[in-house]
This record gives sequence, structure tokens and C-alpha cells, in this order.
Amino acid sequence: MPAVHLERENKTVKVKGLRVKEILKELKINPTTVIITRNNELITDDAELSNKEKIKILPVISGG
Amino acid sequence: MPCKICKEKPVMQLPNSNIKLCKSCFVKYFERKALRTIRKYKLISRKDHVVTAVSGGKDSLSLLHFLNKLASKKIDFKLSALLIDEGIKDYRDGTIEAAKKFCKKNNIKLNIASYKEVTRKTLDGIKKQFPDTIACSMCGVLRRYILNKKSRELKADKLATGHNLDDEAQSIIMNQFRHNIALSARLGPITGVKKDPRFIPRIKPFYFLTEKEVATYAFLNNLMDKFKECTYCTESNRFVVRDMLNDMEAKYPGTKHSIVASFIEILPLLKEKFKDQEIKSCRICKEPCSSEICNACTIMQKIKTEA
Repeated sequence: MPAVHLERENKTVKVKGLRVKEILKELKINPTTVIITRNNELITDDAELSNKEKIKILPVISGG
Repeated sequence: MPCKICKEKPVMQLPNSNIKLCKSCFVKYFERKALRTIRKYKLISRKDHVVTAVSGGKDSLSLLHFLNKLASKKIDFKLSALLIDEGIKDYRDGTIEAAKKFCKKNNIKLNIASYKEVTRKTLDGIKKQFPDTIACSMCGVLRRYILNKKSRELKADKLATGHNLDDEAQSIIMNQFRHNIALSARLGPITGVKKDPRFIPRIKPFYFLTEKEVATYAFLNNLMDKFKECTYCTESNRFVVRDMLNDMEAKYPGTKHSIVASFIEILPLLKEKFKDQEIKSCRICKEPCSSEICNACTIMQKIKTEA
């Protein structure tokens, strides 16, 4: 299962989905509010992951 | 699917479209769009002194990075930065350091003003004194007041802010909800209903770019900061409207663009409607305002008398 680090909550979770779009749906995250990175490179919503990969979800909203 | 232009690995799918772009094509697209806004709405003229409001967060540093690039290549204008330290412990300190570091590296003059020097209290102190008042409403008034006053003292021709399409859509809807159309007349890529030397026009080069596009630009330029929320942000009405619009956007893509595009069409009518509104001088500080005493002085008087 891929691992997802959630920057806003500062925690890592395991997910079932293997496509970014599915993962966001699984985590109930609105795609317009985040950008996603893999190995510190931006990836788009249709990117596919392998079982052992790790991605980061960064919020695009400003904090104040 | 690869980058539509050069077939490289994509980093971003453009909003409301199937177009994907790679790093270098996205940066070009982003900067062209901001430059188009500057040219179309005449935001910057040759020899202008543009003071950029910075917090040290990703949005304002992205703007400063873009304007710095523009000043050295395309338009001949003077650029400096202005940071307002509200005095919010464990929130603002980190971004001030980021702003200082960025300005030093890029040789941009950074001016810092604080709530403490103007009101004699930090925002934390003011909030402690008035725990039942929403911090964001006081903070917004004081920040706008100090930004205008300080940028005028710095002899700015324009005050640039990092406001993006999401911010503007939120402001438009918030003003609708509050039936405050006069306030909406002051929005737009360049603010102000009529010219007044006491008001420094505020310009928004990222007006037509979404928050996600700005974050992507920030990430690609290593300007993304560690996410940290302001201590008082949960009190803000804006955040409720922001979440509502983001939910709408996910269900009906293009919602935020449509709100801003419709607003731009009626903005000339709004400016016309409010063009004869008198701009008074505050009885206490002589700054421009719409009533006898400006909102900032009202807050400062309250701080003094109820201390």
C-alpha cells in the first residue's frame, strides 16, 4: 500500500488507491486545495503509484 | 499524459481544462498570465516605485520573486518590500525570517513596520484585551491602515499584494453576503474608486491566477514554506467562504473563475456608482476615511481607554 504524508496534519497514512485521483477521494481531500509531490517533484492527479511509493500532500491555502 | 507543449513530464493540470504543463512551460504560462494582467489593467508604469506587501509566506514571496524578475528584464521600475509584523507569537516569527532571507539574497530593500509601534500593542496583546472580538476584523483594519500609511511614507506609486483569484472570489461573495457593495467597488486588479494622493493604489498581478497555481509556482521556485496556520484563523468568516467555494469548485469546475469574470464586467458600473462618495480626513490621524474617525483610530482609542 502506498504511504501518504499529509503536511497540514503532519502525519503519514497508508492508502489503498494506486492513482493520485483515487487517493484524494479515499482521503476526502478536495483536489483544488492541494498539490502533490513524489520524490520532491510535483505530480498530477492522474499519476500512478506503485505499492511501496510515498507521496506528500501539501495544502495550497495560506495560513492566515 | 505529457506536457501539451513540449511533451515533458507534467507538473500541473491547468484549472478548468485538460491541459497539462511541465515545469518550464508552467512557469512561462504563469508569468505571461501575470504580465498580461499588469499590461491590460495598467498596474505598473515605467519608473514607478512598487512597494510589495510581504508576509514571508509563499504567496507574497512568489509575487516578490516574479516582480523582481520583471523589474530586471521587462519593465523599468523600482521595487521594495514592506512587512507588517502583527505580533502573533509562534506564527509570524518564522515568516519574518523567510522574508529577510529572501530580500537579502535578492538585494531588495525590506521595510518592517509593526502593530506594536503604531498601537503600542501586539495583536496577541489586543486579542487578550478584547477576547470576544474577532481578531481578523481588527487585524484587517490595522494592516490596511499601516500598509497604506507606510507605503505613502516610502513614496510608493503602487502597493503590490499577492491576492489571487481565490482571494478575490471570496471577497466578492463576502461583500454580497453582507450587502456591502460599496466595499466591492474598491476591489479589482487595481483598487480605488477615485484617485486621491492619500491612497496608494493597491495592485494585484496574480488576480487571475488560482491559489493552486500560485502554490505550484512557489513550489517550483523553492518558495513553499512549512504550512502553519495563524492562531486566530478559525475566527475568520473568510475561511468559511473559502471552504464553501472550494466545495463548489470541486462539484462545478470554473465556479471561482465565473465569480471573478462576472464581477469584472460589472466593476466599471460599481466604480461609477460610488465615484462621488466623499473621502474625509480622520479627525485624529488625518488619514483618509469615510467617517469622522477612521476605523484604525477607533480601535486604537478603544485600546487606550479600556486598558
